[in-house]
Amino acid sequence: MEYRFKVSCSKNKLGEIREFLQQVLGENSIPEVTINTLVLAVDEVCANLIIHSHHCNPNEHIELKVSMNGNSEIIFDIIDNGVGFNICDYKEPSLSDIVRQKRKGGIGLMLVKRIMDEIELIKGEKKNVYRLHKKI
Amino acid sequence: MVEIKNTLNNDVYTISVIGEVDASSSIHLDESLSEATSKYKKIMVNCEQLEYISSAGLGVFMSYINDLEEKGIKLVIYGLSKKVHHVFQILGLDQLLKITEDEEGARGIIDGI
Repeated sequence: MEYRFKVSCSKNKLGEIREFLQQVLGENSIPEVTINTLVLAVDEVCANLIIHSHHCNPNEHIELKVSMNGNSEIIFDIIDNGVGFNICDYKEPSLSDIVRQKRKGGIGLMLVKRIMDEIELIKGEKKNVYRLHKKI
Repeated sequence: MVEIKNTLNNDVYTISVIGEVDASSSIHLDESLSEATSKYKKIMVNCEQLEYISSAGLGVFMSYINDLEEKGIKLVIYGLSKKVHHVFQILGLDQLLKITEDEEGARGIIDGI
């Protein structure tokens, strides 16, 4: 099964993205705590793209594709045509540095890495696919 | 969407966080914590109606950890649902912040019992 959702690059759309994911994942008898973490990981990637790659420009869009192939893996594709942030190159800051520097950002991708089993960036000529794998 | 209610009871300031704290709404939690930590030494954060938190919200809490220590402020978070509590646990933030089950527990910590 494949589910798709397209939204404009506005932070206010994150709530709609979460609703879509909750609906899709809710149909598949996945525990609530797990659903919430999966929704969170996708939310984090989308927020990063909307804010940093698209500068909250509502004329630009990102697209989501959730694929469940009957086996025990779910694949989340977040597709955009931005500059292509290489999520795999992300170096984790230490929590103590963040606390000491009183930084409010910087832990979103840390969460994504902890939650998902595998993260890929598939960079095409016109679009980037941020692919998150999770075994259920 | 998040709604934040602030109440003062004797010298204990309570911030009730209702709804969802994400990249678009974490600013409201930040404003509320900023005000609270500049004025009060005993702060409770009621999360009984917090349905969702993302890294933006976690980051807000983290950015005050140093201030709490420096200013001698007691801040206790309570009422987290299982799924929201799990989000605090993923990165170990439950070890850096004071989190307790309910209001009674929070009062106990605030009053030093």
